[in-house]
Amino acid sequence: MRFVVEPRPEPSRLLWTVTPILALALTMALATGLFAALGYNAVDSFLAFFVSPLATLNGLTELAVKGAPLLMIAAGLAMAFRAGISNIGAEGQLIMGAIAGGGVALACWDLSGPWILPLMALAGILGGMAWAAIPAFLRTRFAVSEILSSLMLTYVADLFLNLLVYGPWRDPEGMNFPQSRLFNEDETLSVLVDGTRFHSGIPLALGLALVVWLVMTRTLLGFRIRTVGASAAAARYAGFGTERIVWFTLLASGGLAGIAGLFEVAGPIGQLIPQITPGYGFTAIIVAFLGRLHPLGIIPAALVVALSYIGGENAQVLVGLPKAVTGVVQGLLLFILLASDFLVRYRLRLAHRAGVAS
Amino acid sequence: MSGASGQPGLRLEARGITKRFGSLVANDTIDFQLAPGEIHALLGENGAGKSTLVKILYGLLAADEGDILWDGRATRIATPRAARALGIGMVFQHFSLFEAMSVLENVALGLDHPERADELAARIRSVSAAYSLPLDPDRTVSTLSIGERQRIEIVRCLLQAPRLLILDEPTSVLTPQEADALFSTLRLLAADGCAILYISHKLEEIRALCDRATVLRAGRVVGRCVPRDTPVRAMAQMMVGSALRDVTVRTTRPAGEIRLRVDGLDLPAIEAHGTPLRQIGFELRGGEILGIAGVAGNGQGELQQALSGERPVPRAGAVLLDGQPAGDRDAAWRRRRGLCCVPEERNGHGAIPEFSLVDNAVLTAHDRADLVTGGFVCQAKAIRLTERIIADGDVRSAGPGAAASTLSGGNLQKFILARELAQQPAVLVVAQPTWGVDANAAAAIHQALVALAEAGSAIVVISQDLDELLMLSDRMAVLHAGRLSATLPMDGLSVEHLGMLMGGAGIEAAS
Amino acid sequence: MNIEMLVSLLLTTMTAATPLLLAALGELVVERAGVLNLGVEGMMLSGAVCGFAAMSLTGSATLAILVAVAAGALLAAIFAFLVLTLMSNQVATGLALTIFGTGLSALIGTGFTGQPVPPLAKLALPGLSALPVLGRLFDQDALVYLALAATVAIAWFLKGTRAGLILRAVGEADLSAHSIGYPVLRIRFLAILFGGAMAGLGGAYLSLAYTPMWVENMTAGRGWIALAIVVFAAWRPWRAAAGAYLFGGVTVLQLYLQGSGLLPVPPQLLSMLPYLGTILVLTLISSGPFRRRFSPPACLGKPFRPPA
Repeated sequence: MRFVVEPRPEPSRLLWTVTPILALALTMALATGLFAALGYNAVDSFLAFFVSPLATLNGLTELAVKGAPLLMIAAGLAMAFRAGISNIGAEGQLIMGAIAGGGVALACWDLSGPWILPLMALAGILGGMAWAAIPAFLRTRFAVSEILSSLMLTYVADLFLNLLVYGPWRDPEGMNFPQSRLFNEDETLSVLVDGTRFHSGIPLALGLALVVWLVMTRTLLGFRIRTVGASAAAARYAGFGTERIVWFTLLASGGLAGIAGLFEVAGPIGQLIPQITPGYGFTAIIVAFLGRLHPLGIIPAALVVALSYIGGENAQVLVGLPKAVTGVVQGLLLFILLASDFLVRYRLRLAHRAGVAS
Repeated sequence: MSGASGQPGLRLEARGITKRFGSLVANDTIDFQLAPGEIHALLGENGAGKSTLVKILYGLLAADEGDILWDGRATRIATPRAARALGIGMVFQHFSLFEAMSVLENVALGLDHPERADELAARIRSVSAAYSLPLDPDRTVSTLSIGERQRIEIVRCLLQAPRLLILDEPTSVLTPQEADALFSTLRLLAADGCAILYISHKLEEIRALCDRATVLRAGRVVGRCVPRDTPVRAMAQMMVGSALRDVTVRTTRPAGEIRLRVDGLDLPAIEAHGTPLRQIGFELRGGEILGIAGVAGNGQGELQQALSGERPVPRAGAVLLDGQPAGDRDAAWRRRRGLCCVPEERNGHGAIPEFSLVDNAVLTAHDRADLVTGGFVCQAKAIRLTERIIADGDVRSAGPGAAASTLSGGNLQKFILARELAQQPAVLVVAQPTWGVDANAAAAIHQALVALAEAGSAIVVISQDLDELLMLSDRMAVLHAGRLSATLPMDGLSVEHLGMLMGGAGIEAAS
Repeated sequence: MNIEMLVSLLLTTMTAATPLLLAALGELVVERAGVLNLGVEGMMLSGAVCGFAAMSLTGSATLAILVAVAAGALLAAIFAFLVLTLMSNQVATGLALTIFGTGLSALIGTGFTGQPVPPLAKLALPGLSALPVLGRLFDQDALVYLALAATVAIAWFLKGTRAGLILRAVGEADLSAHSIGYPVLRIRFLAILFGGAMAGLGGAYLSLAYTPMWVENMTAGRGWIALAIVVFAAWRPWRAAAGAYLFGGVTVLQLYLQGSGLLPVPPQLLSMLPYLGTILVLTLISSGPFRRRFSPPACLGKPFRPPA
C-alpha cells in the first residue's frame, strides 16, 4: 500500500479555512510537550500559557492591548504580501512611526488641546510611510529586493530611537535614565475600561482592519493588488501598473505599522523608551499568514498571537517557564501553518495497486 | 513482471502499457513494435498520451501495468540513466538544456560516463561534422538559436551511439528548411540501424519521413498505418475521432481604414535571454488579418507585448492606434481605445489560474464592460458578463465561480478569446491562438477570428503554425531575430519563400 | 597610523569577516542549487547557542563546533522538508525559520547568558606566524583559515567538479535536470543541509571566538548581511570572500572610530554603518550593467515538483 500525492484542481476552500485552526491546536499540543520536556508540569504550564490569560477581565483586555498593534501591522502586511511584496521591515516602520509621532508629542509637551493627538497620529503614519518609502523607491528605481532593504532599515531605526532617547530627547528631569518625558494627558490615548489598559486606539485598530477588508475584497484597487501578487505578467497585460502597487502596498503597510507604533507610545507606554516593541513587526508576519492574508481572518489571528505574548509572561510568573518560550511557540505556529498548506493544495490518495515498475 | 520473450528482430516492443493519473487513464493498454532502422511515427492530438508513453520508455515515469521488451527481453526502465544504458536517447520538445551554461557543459550533463573536457569537445566536433549538425562546444546556450539548441540535444544523444532515438515534436521549432535537414540526419541514422520513434501531429511530415505510424487518441491505440499509403485526411480522422470541423474562410472583405500603424518600433529584450525588437513596421486595416510567422524565440513574445501595451516604448509615434500616438501608453490605455489582446501563455499571463472565471473576466474587461463604479467592482455585473462569455465561447466549466485552473487548455483559450471578443475590439492581437488546443477547439477559434474580421475589426495573428497562418491571413510577414519582413500578399506566396524568410534570408534587405 | 595598527585592524577585520563568510558560502551553495533560504539568521543563532552550550558543558572546542554545525543542519532540515517535500513558499518558510531559530536560541541560552568560556585556541601556521609584524595574521583560530579554505574548496567544487556542475544545473533549470534523470530534490536537500551547517558554524564562531559569550540575538543581523553578500557576490565564492571582508572591514572601522573618538559622532550612528552599507551595496549592484552581467540562478526561489 502506498500513497500518491496529487495536486487538487483548485485549492480546497474548506481546508484553507480550517487548517489555521488545526495548526493552532497542533502548536498547543507540541508546546505543551516542550514545556514538559523542559521539566515543567505539563498541565500547569498549559493552563498558565493558554488558558488563564482568558479567564480574567484584565487578561482579556491585555489580549486586546497586544492584539491591536499586531492587527494593524498585519492588515498592512496582508496587503503587501498579497501583492507579492515581502515587507519584513514593519518593526522599523513601527519604530519610525513612534519616533515621528512621539517627536510631535515632545515638541508640544507644554501645550494642550484636542488637536495634538490627531497631529501625532498623522506624524506616526507619515513616519512609518517614510521608512517604507525607502525600500519602495529602491525597488522600483533600482530593483533592490525589499526583503533585505526593509530589514536592514529596521536595525537602523532601532539605533536611531536609541540615539534619541540616550541623547537629545532624554528627559531633562529623568535622572539620566534613557527615556523621554512622559507625554501629557492630551498626548495619550484615553483608557476606555477603568482599571485596565484598554485604550481608545483598540477600536480604531479594528476599524482600520475593516477598511483594509473593504479595499481588498470590494474595490478595483484590491483586485489590482491581488492580480499583481498572483502574476506580474497578467497584471501588465491588464494594464495594472505594477510599480504603483509596489508603492501603494509598501506605503500602506508602513503607515499602518507607523500608527501602530504611535499607539504604543501614546497608549500603554506613554513616552519614548529604547524598547517600545517586543517584536510586533515580526510577529505580525505570523498573524498575517495565520489569518490567511485576509483582513477578517487576521482579527482572530492577532488575538491568538497576542495570547502567546501574555501566556508567556503569565507562565513565567506562575510556573517559572523561561520567557523565551514565547518565541519558540510563535515560530512553531508559523512552521506548522506553512506545512499544513500542503493539504490545501494537494491531496493524498491511496494508490490503486502497486505499479509494475515500482 | 512476466518472463515474456518477444518476436525476434524487434528492438522494442511495448505490451499493454497502462498509466493512470488519478481518474485519468493517460495510457490504456498500449501495444506497439519497433524494428531496427525503422522510423516510426507516434501520432495524436494534444493530450492523446504520446508524451506519457515516451516518458515511460525513457524511464521518467513508471507504468502501472504492461511490459517493455528490449531486444526481445522483458526489461525494466526505472530511470533515464537506465534508458541511456540500454541505448535509448531522447530529444525533448521543451529542451532539457541549461541556458546559462556552455554547449560542452550541457552535453557533459547528459552523459553518464564523465570524460575529459578537451576529449569531449573533440568528440562533439567530430559527431556534429559526421551528421552535419554544426556546433561550437564553447558557446553559451542562451546565445544560440532554437534550431542550434535542438542540435545540442541530438548530438548529446548521438555521442552515446543510440539504438533508439525518441524525438518529441522536433519540427515545431524549426523552419521548413531546418526540418528538411533534420529529416536527412534521421534517415542517415536509421540507415545505420538506429530505430527512431518520431512524435508529431503534423501529418505531411509524417508522410514524408516515417515508415509506419501508430495513432493514439485519449490514451488508446486507435489505428496503425503506413503513412505513405494513407491519405492525410484519413489519418486526421483517426487522430481526431469525430468528424473534422471545417473552417469557413471568408472570400473577400473590403479593406477599411487603417486602424493600427507601427513604425520603427524598437524594444529591448524582456528577459536575460530574450530577443530585442528592431525597427518593426507595418500597417493594418479594418477587416484585415495580418499573419506574422516565425520560428519560436525570434521576438514573438516581445512583439505581442509591444503591441498590447504591456511594454510601452518611449517614442509615442512608434505605435499609432486609429491615428493616435500610443507607443508610450500602457495596456489599459490601449484597451480603452479598442486594442485587445490574447497572449501566447494562458496560465499566468492571459488568465490567472487560481482566480475564478469571474475574476478572470474582471481582469481585462472591467473597463470596456463597465464593471466598476466609484472604485468598487460590481459583482453582479461581473457574473452576468462571465456567464455571457462562457455561453458565447462555448466554454466547458463548472460555472463562473470555477477557478481557471480547472479548465482544460482548449477551454481556457476559448474563454480568454471570448472575453476579449466580448469587449468588441477594434484591433485584436492574438499570439499562438491554437497552441496546445485540440482540433475542434482550434477550428472554433479560427472561425471566431474570421467572424471578427468580417465584422470589420483588424487582427494580427502571431503564430509558429504556418498552416494556420496560410488559412487565416490576408497578408503575411515574417519575424526573424527581432526584425519583421515586409508584408507579403497571399497571392503567389510559397512555403519555400516563407521558410527562407524564417531562416533569416532576405529580411535585412526587406526592412 | 603605523604598520602595527594596520595589522591590528586587518586582524580584527579577518575575525569580523569570518562568520559572515562562513554563512554566506553556505547560502551561496544553497542558492546555486535554486533554493532561497532566508533563515540564515535563525540558523546562525542556533549554531551560536548550541556551540556555546556544548563548550560550556564539556569544555571541548571540537565538540562545540560539531554541535553547532549539527544544530544549523537540523534547522535547515526542517526548512528543507517544508520547501522541498511540502512545497511551501520559500520566503515565508525562511522567515519562519528565522523566527523559530531566534526563539529557540533564546530558550536554550536562558541558562547560559553571561557565563564565560575560554576562546578558541589559536592555530599558529608554522613559518608564516614567525614573520615579523605580519606574523600575527597567521596566528589565529582555525575557523578563520577554514573559512578561507572553504572559499577555495567551494569555488573549485562549483567550477571544477562534476558534482558542482550538476548542482549548478539543478539551480539553472530544474526541469531539464529532472528530465535528464538527476534527482533534483535530493540534490537540493543536501545543499540546504550544507547551508545550515555553514550557518551554524558561522554562529559558533561568534559565540566561541569573536566574543566568547552568549547574548540573546547576538548575530545582530549578520545572517541577513550574509544573504546580501551572496547577492553582492553574484553567486561566486571569491566575490563572497571579498564581500565578507568588505563588511568585516566596515564593522571594524565603525568599532575603531567609536573607540578612538576621532569622529565626534554618536556611537549609534556609527553602528548603523554596516546596515546602511549593505543597502548601499545592494543598490549599486542591483541596477545597471552589473545586474545584466550576473543574473541569479534561474530557478532561485521557485518550488519544484516532478512533473507527471
